[in-house]
Amino acid sequence: MKSQVLLSARQVGKSFVHQGQPRWACRGVSFDLYPGEVLAVVGESGSGKSTLLRLLAARHACDEGSVHYDVQTESGNEPTGMVNLAGMSEARLRWLARTDWGFVEQHARDGLRMNVSGGANIGERLMALGARHYENLRGEAIAWMQRVELDTGRIDDLPATYSGGMQQRLQIARNLVTHPRLVFMDEPTTGLDVSVQARLLDLLRELVDELQLAAVVVTHDLAVARLLAQRMLVMKDGCVVEQGLTDRLLDDPQHPYTQLLVSSVLTP
Amino acid sequence: MTTLMNLALETTSLSKTFTLHGRGGLQLPVFSGIDLAVHAGECLALTGHSGSGKSSLLRCLYGNYGATGGDVRIQHQGEWVSLSKAEPRDVYDVRRRTMGYVSQFLRVIPRVSTLDIVADPLRRLGVSAEEARARAAQWLQRLNLHEHLWHLPPATFSGGEQQRVNIAHGMIADSPVLLLDEPTASLDADNRRVVVELIQAARAKGCAIVGIFHDDEVRNAVATRCFDVEQFKNPL
Amino acid sequence: MIDSNYNFAFLDERTKKRIRRALLKAVAVPGYQVPFGSREMPFAYGWGTGGVQITASIIGRADVLKVIDQGADDTTNAVNIRRFFALTTGVKTTEKTAEATLIQTRHRIPELPLTASQILIYQVPLPEPLTKLEPSRQETIKMHALSEYGLMHVRLYEDIAQLGAITRAYDYPVMVNERYLMSPSPIPKFDNPKMHMNPALQLFGAGREKRLYAIPPYTPVRSLDFEDHPFEIQRWDHACALCGSVDSYLDEMIVDDEGSRLFVCSDSDYCEERRDAGHVGGQQAVHLHDALATPVINSTTTLQEAA
Repeated sequence: MKSQVLLSARQVGKSFVHQGQPRWACRGVSFDLYPGEVLAVVGESGSGKSTLLRLLAARHACDEGSVHYDVQTESGNEPTGMVNLAGMSEARLRWLARTDWGFVEQHARDGLRMNVSGGANIGERLMALGARHYENLRGEAIAWMQRVELDTGRIDDLPATYSGGMQQRLQIARNLVTHPRLVFMDEPTTGLDVSVQARLLDLLRELVDELQLAAVVVTHDLAVARLLAQRMLVMKDGCVVEQGLTDRLLDDPQHPYTQLLVSSVLTP
Repeated sequence: MTTLMNLALETTSLSKTFTLHGRGGLQLPVFSGIDLAVHAGECLALTGHSGSGKSSLLRCLYGNYGATGGDVRIQHQGEWVSLSKAEPRDVYDVRRRTMGYVSQFLRVIPRVSTLDIVADPLRRLGVSAEEARARAAQWLQRLNLHEHLWHLPPATFSGGEQQRVNIAHGMIADSPVLLLDEPTASLDADNRRVVVELIQAARAKGCAIVGIFHDDEVRNAVATRCFDVEQFKNPL
Repeated sequence: MIDSNYNFAFLDERTKKRIRRALLKAVAVPGYQVPFGSREMPFAYGWGTGGVQITASIIGRADVLKVIDQGADDTTNAVNIRRFFALTTGVKTTEKTAEATLIQTRHRIPELPLTASQILIYQVPLPEPLTKLEPSRQETIKMHALSEYGLMHVRLYEDIAQLGAITRAYDYPVMVNERYLMSPSPIPKFDNPKMHMNPALQLFGAGREKRLYAIPPYTPVRSLDFEDHPFEIQRWDHACALCGSVDSYLDEMIVDDEGSRLFVCSDSDYCEERRDAGHVGGQQAVHLHDALATPVINSTTTLQEAA
């Protein structure tokens, strides 16, 4: 069962200064993520889970520790294998974010270009990589819209005319078009109507399964964690209080805070 | 005399205690010091009164509960894997390829059809969608589940129907180790008989089984030996 | 004629030096926008202050200056700028493209091919080709630095998706030296091919935005397109009414209340040269219903084609 680690967080931490004192939004987080694994990061507001996600996706620099990613594609003299993201050139990071990674934002408008059509949104990454054939781009966009169960007749419509659930689907398609190996998701279903959430979760589950995606999913909803993730990190006040197998954490929680979270969930 | 070569699953000094932090750290000991050894072709029936920790033990064997002390080891792909110490992805691999589990209550992914739920363990082993569904259909037929139920999600099924979906799901992959938690609890006589036959067939194929059988008749029909969990219950 | 109250070409020598330095940088990195300290000029932003500052920095006593606006030497803008330079330099001005050493232009490239001893100076309103797609200047700087131009193609894709074709008719984005994306200023796309491998030095100045850029002589300039939607220039079904030219960019003028249109060369000097050489056009305004039905030239041919 030896396979290469995909993403490695080593004692990752981020602080900010509050009233002259350093305060840690997130501290001491470590884990190794393998290809095809889905890790849920759960916690309540202020737990530091969103900060952690941004550190992992190199959107903030770590104040402590480091994040390493297994870069596969060669590019000039840049190293391959496990590379410290802090040492990576900005060009390479931006390229990585456009190809091997995906980032699904909580609010679709933060992850989409709202002033161009659905088709253009999906095709953008391909065009950034040099795709120059209009009909082929359109074909890809249509195929992905079908894959995420969007009406292909809406391909030329602006995302503002899509419903919330549709916008999220569009965001997902836009991210997956370059077949990334790792997808970051920040509360992907929060804020949507329940039935829409349910269908979106099903779609995510299927896609993760089919495409063998590794993912880090930030959520406050334990049901989402149970459905999508094999592994879970529970965060409180910037620290990881418990981590392990999702079903074990949910059925046999050890840490007091985990027990509190699990017992607080309403079940209809 | 069973040899070490056939040993499929063993525990060493396994103990389990729940700590309820929400209740001021209240400790609920379940069992301690359990040494189990299950061999291929065996069916070990866990016995003891309700609340004696049979289900908890089974869940510890599955890795669903963490062990408070001791170890659970399983033969997986020719090597011994400690479930207590294994990484989550390794536990998943063990469950996928070596260990089947029929739980007492059906907990499945909502909005997925019965057929696909039952086919899923085969899909995880790389079997094609078509073949997996075909074999799932065979299992459901064997368990007397009407075809018109196959494309429905099982959430609205009766207790007995759900239990049969559970059994199909847990047994379809022909895992070397099988954990059964009250597999016949909600079933009528006919279906109980079918399940007994299925368990016997699995045992004949060399499967190592650990099960909880509330029904005496079923237990007598399938178990090769019994294990009393109650004697390991930790007095406070 | 020359007003001795001003320094030669209005700007002080220090400023000219700085602008020339910026120009050298621009020439060294074709298509790259170089910031420069744009000075206050005696006319408002939007009236060619960028172009004027470049011209002022490089003009010498032996130069011959031509100024055009939308191809014509006699429009307000062109007349004013020409007079400004006459006043502040005393340098010879001309309306003939062939005679000029410096040509300052707003929104057109002269029809007559330029030579290696000429410099073309463009007036640019918005130097950033990505400005309408990415409002953040910081972000566009990064995109240029990292050659991340997918967004421009997104815009062109969007044009085709919504309108059936890339409908940009002017300020059509180009790749300079296969490295930098550049806005050629609002010249019609008809003129884009003229920038490619041009023997003349081409300089671009944006006064309000305080940036300048350059295309050195003989530099490849390629208009963006898709493989299955290649770049095309505009074409007319008409010839110039005055000189009969079918190769030049035509202005369309409405001459009466019925909507009759007169098609005339936009490049006034080009048209005049042709007329001097004896070419004559149809001299006719085209009536509205005619314009929609048959072309002015060779009406007999079209009837035969239709048959």
